[in-house]
Amino acid sequence: MSVLFFIYIIALLFSFFVVGAVLGALFTRTPTGKTVLATVRKRLRVLMFGWEFPPFNSGGLGVACLGITKALSDKDVDVVFVMPKRLPDAVPFAKMISADIDNATVDMKRFDIKYAFNSPVLPYDSSKTFTRREDALLYEDGTPVYGSDIISEARRYARFGAAIAKKEPHDFVYAHDWLAFGAGAEAKQVSGKPFIAHIHSTEFDRTGDNPDPRIAQMEYDGLHRADRVVAVSERTKHAVTSRYAVPADKVHVVHNGIDETTAPAAGITTIRLSALKKAGYKLVLFLGRITIQKGPDYFIRAARRVIDHDPDVLFIMAGSGDMEHQMMHLAASMGIADKILFPGFLRGADQYEAYKLADLFVVPSVSEPFGLTVLESMYLGTPVIVSKQSGVAEAVEHALKVDFWDIEKMADLMLSVLESPEFRKELSKKSIAEAAVLTWNKTADGLRAVMDGFATT
Amino acid sequence: MTSICIYLQVHQPYRVKRYSLFDIGNDHAYFNESGGNDLNNRRILRKVDDKSYRPTAELLMRLLNRHPEFKVALSFSGIVLEQLERDAPETLALFQEMVRTGRVEILGETHYHSLAFFYSRPEFEKQVEKHRTFVSRLFGATPRIFRNTELSYRNDLGTWADEHGYAGIITEGWDRVLGWRSPNYIYRPRGASSTRLLLKNYRFSDDVAFRFSSRDWSEWPLTTEKFGQWVSATPGDTINLFMDYETFGEHQWESTGIFSFLEHLPAELLKNPDLDFKTPSEVVAAYEPKDEIDIPQVVTWADTDRDLTAWVGNDLQRSAISTVYGFEGRVLAARDTELLEDWRRLQTSDHFYYMCTKWFADGDVHAYFSPYASPYEAYTAYMNVLKDLELRVKALPSP
Repeated sequence: MSVLFFIYIIALLFSFFVVGAVLGALFTRTPTGKTVLATVRKRLRVLMFGWEFPPFNSGGLGVACLGITKALSDKDVDVVFVMPKRLPDAVPFAKMISADIDNATVDMKRFDIKYAFNSPVLPYDSSKTFTRREDALLYEDGTPVYGSDIISEARRYARFGAAIAKKEPHDFVYAHDWLAFGAGAEAKQVSGKPFIAHIHSTEFDRTGDNPDPRIAQMEYDGLHRADRVVAVSERTKHAVTSRYAVPADKVHVVHNGIDETTAPAAGITTIRLSALKKAGYKLVLFLGRITIQKGPDYFIRAARRVIDHDPDVLFIMAGSGDMEHQMMHLAASMGIADKILFPGFLRGADQYEAYKLADLFVVPSVSEPFGLTVLESMYLGTPVIVSKQSGVAEAVEHALKVDFWDIEKMADLMLSVLESPEFRKELSKKSIAEAAVLTWNKTADGLRAVMDGFATT
Repeated sequence: MTSICIYLQVHQPYRVKRYSLFDIGNDHAYFNESGGNDLNNRRILRKVDDKSYRPTAELLMRLLNRHPEFKVALSFSGIVLEQLERDAPETLALFQEMVRTGRVEILGETHYHSLAFFYSRPEFEKQVEKHRTFVSRLFGATPRIFRNTELSYRNDLGTWADEHGYAGIITEGWDRVLGWRSPNYIYRPRGASSTRLLLKNYRFSDDVAFRFSSRDWSEWPLTTEKFGQWVSATPGDTINLFMDYETFGEHQWESTGIFSFLEHLPAELLKNPDLDFKTPSEVVAAYEPKDEIDIPQVVTWADTDRDLTAWVGNDLQRSAISTVYGFEGRVLAARDTELLEDWRRLQTSDHFYYMCTKWFADGDVHAYFSPYASPYEAYTAYMNVLKDLELRVKALPSP
């Protein structure tokens, strides 16, 4: 009896120990998951397909790719970043490879590829309107990086996804936007590894709800062939679930970030725009592609109202795009040609100066999946007015928000910032503080969590 | 007797360099492009001098020596004379030598080749005066015939010329203005008493200036014999051949045979005893006006529209030109010589021509004549420069 009792006690104690150990393990893991994971989690290899990468970028996509790649490298993720064209650049934190779709002849047999290309079959006629809408991505000597028919280029890129997946060992396939989705999907086909599609903007955003059906189809295919979708905002998550019927539980929202990796930096030249400020002008900046998506016409219409109240305001519409000329005509026809300056596409130090010297940055986008420029401006301390139709509006608190179509309100907000140095100063301070915590590091945490999610499901 | 009246226009603007947003307030030299491109004014002047100004001047000098009957009129913008004086003094000396023959007439115009007449009468008159002084200094001549920029003309310009003692004024012999009348006579401008109107015979003039080398033209190649026959068969008092001086060697390259055409033209025309050469002043003195011409709306020699739309046809051009003239009061009040000079150089009609967006048909010509990649590039550079000019005006102490 006593022996039995003793055994019983032992068993009971042991079971307590086991349960305790299990519970203990669970409890210690949850609250300190970060540190524990950092020491025990496995290094991941990600085969990442992009389209552009700074300094060869025409917009936010390239900037985001830089920020994400760099931050992931600090999260035990080794990124092999693939681009369709060979660009003369190297970064220390990721292996950059190029599909070199112009020159490479892929020996399909050698790579033992047993499947057909991504649907539908090539070729398509070039789409002139599409080409005009995209900003030209240029090499330093001014020659365009991509040819006239971007759809064919994306399809050619897709073909090489499989070949590269054969060569490069990886745990995940990752692709940024429709231009690279095809390559990602093909890579997954070969390796059988999970495919994460990161959507930075949808065709509906870019075209003002007037999508090119071929591109929308490629977007749809990519999102559905992906195992997980990362959306840059709740707004974009909503877009892909409603427009493309992607199941909501497959879509994770991870906001973009900002830090010194991607923030525009000062050049060696002195601040050159200060002459305009010294002359008594207040500067309002628009910076982005001058396309229907970005709402440049609302900016100019609001400018007209502002100038009626304060003629000492100058508006700078920086960027290029298919509406640039139309906007020059609009400004002229509204009688404010001498109040709106068009410097074209700004890079590097020029961009830095424009942000830095502006009293106010305005993003009147009609449909903006995120809006990285808002973070750039806040990081540099320039107050922001952003449309409520921009994804970034859900991520930041200290930007003024307005419906893109509400020109009257937009002009009122502009004037309230421009006419009050105190308000400007206050907004500037809060902007800097807020941007300081919206880091790419935080973005990378979100992305790593999505990857780690595969282990438990 | 029918007279042949030849007038050639010589002009080069001061082109605005690629002037960016970041230059505003930092760089006040707008016209000093020094690279190997077509905005480098000195480079262009030397190129055109080599191809056209000098060889054509040498040829004209030979023709004047060879044919005592040969006469020609030249009109120089003041700003091309400045550039010739600086960058091609030998060619300027040739022009001066030509004028000394007494058979080369110099016409009057605005110093800055501007459209000031239509935007500011006082400014227009100052520029005409400046040109008169300049021409008088270089050539010892006082213009008696006026030609406004791009042959732009309206009734009030005719009466202005009348009031200011000009014997004649030149414009395009455009059918819409002439109706059934012929350009080959002289006319009275509406409202003028003694000034006479000389009209460009654009068919004959353009045969040489535009069609000479065109192989699509049924009359190609144009020989002096053929041209002489056409002219001889044409009734009228005067056949006015008005064109760009650069027709010879620049618009029509030497390889087209244009110099040979010009070289043999006087002899060919003089074969006909009923033809002679006259300068515009001589034409006005020799013949009676046949009628009064009413031109209430602006006529020019440009494009198929023959109006000002090549310069102020779109809202960018209109904004640019109204902005520059909007500075008049402040610039004059500032009494700053350099500022005034820059402001005036910015009035040159070419700046607005480069912003022309009439791409179809006429656009070909505009693209050929524009040193910018697009009208929008021309526009933004120009507007940036005006912003800098504005800052300079603001920075000056108010009088």
